[in-house]
Amino acid sequence: MTIITNAKYSKVLDSDSPNVINCVFGGEQLSVPINPTNRHYAEIMRQVEAGELTIADAD
Amino acid sequence: MTKARDIASATTPNANAALLATFPHRNLIINGAMQVAQRGTSGTSTADIYTVDRFALGHGSPVNAMTFEQSTDTPDNFKNSLKITAGTGASASTTGYAILRQAIEGQNIAHLGFGTSAAKAITLSFHVKSSLTGTFGISIRNQAGNRAYAGTYVINSANTWEYKTVAIPADTSGTWPTDTGIGFHLFWDLGAGSNYDIAAGSWTSGSNMFGVESTVKLTETTNATFFITGIQLELGSTATPFEHRSYGDELARCQRYLQVFVPDGQDYTSFAPAIGSSETNRFFCPITLSGGGMRTDPTLSFSAVGDFRTTNVFSNNHTCTSISIGYNNPKIPNLSVLSGGSGDSVSRMFGFNSNTSAYMRFDAEL
Repeated sequence: MTIITNAKYSKVLDSDSPNVINCVFGGEQLSVPINPTNRHYAEIMRQVEAGELTIADAD
Repeated sequence: MTKARDIASATTPNANAALLATFPHRNLIINGAMQVAQRGTSGTSTADIYTVDRFALGHGSPVNAMTFEQSTDTPDNFKNSLKITAGTGASASTTGYAILRQAIEGQNIAHLGFGTSAAKAITLSFHVKSSLTGTFGISIRNQAGNRAYAGTYVINSANTWEYKTVAIPADTSGTWPTDTGIGFHLFWDLGAGSNYDIAAGSWTSGSNMFGVESTVKLTETTNATFFITGIQLELGSTATPFEHRSYGDELARCQRYLQVFVPDGQDYTSFAPAIGSSETNRFFCPITLSGGGMRTDPTLSFSAVGDFRTTNVFSNNHTCTSISIGYNNPKIPNLSVLSGGSGDSVSRMFGFNSNTSAYMRFDAEL
């Protein structure tokens, strides 16, 4: 299982809802789009649903 | 006479194969000759890490990490292979694993008809060389992980290139997606634990299947080596000669799944325009990706934020302090960049550039 840390939603533009999750994924800093067909997002959500990961709210 | 009519009238298998080998685009594998390595040419395995483009290598405890490299040790008529070297030898026991895999996009397998009464047989072929001999395993599995077929091939002589073929019968059962997600995975079993092994020779329903029973597990032997290239997976029950594609053609196929931007060797050459205001320090940087677009919205990664900067028309430079995805799409993702301070007036158009240490990756892999 890939280790994911420091996961946090981000509203990088002036949108009302987050459009990206920034995290360290397998040791690499990633900016992950909120899109179920993106493999990084799918793995993040799999770990969230398994109770293995929590995503911090956006600032 | 058409090629189809030629094939229909061919009187021997060899005649058929010769005609089939003239058809382009028959290889379902991308980068089967290991030519394209956008991420770099060497590394160490993790739970699942991409090596040369489109091929991922993974291991899990108690199997130890492997190393990999794009090699120039090849059979005749190839330029590159992928070399995998086992770490300290260890049994995979039940839940350890070591695999090489390529995931094939569902849209590219629709014509195989898997999961329907019209399903077709397929054939895998490749060149392989290993320090070990014996019977090795491959498997093919749907994305749901509940339908798989295992096959075997025999390496007869150590440290010698050999050509192998594996016939894979049609599967009329199971669910095989034909969208932009994973259609199926193709695995080379380098050290799968017993929990993942299935018997070779028939389609199997179950879960977590990718290993093959009673086969050589490379990662049980310290520093064992495994080279592979010329991988072809094609419709039909006949293996045809490897379909050599140009580097540009193969790179374009790979770029549907990964695009890497690097400087051209000169400091602070531009990546993209930056549109914004130095008063707010926020810029939008639309990156025009190559080709017809990536498979899906890509993930962004880059070397270090300090490698990038914005520059205005007065040559005022500001080092970036934040880079993230703004509006994403598979063709022109728009980055949101924070950089520098004021002092360069309220210019609206900047350059987004980097030093020579930089890289920026857009990843839409399966």
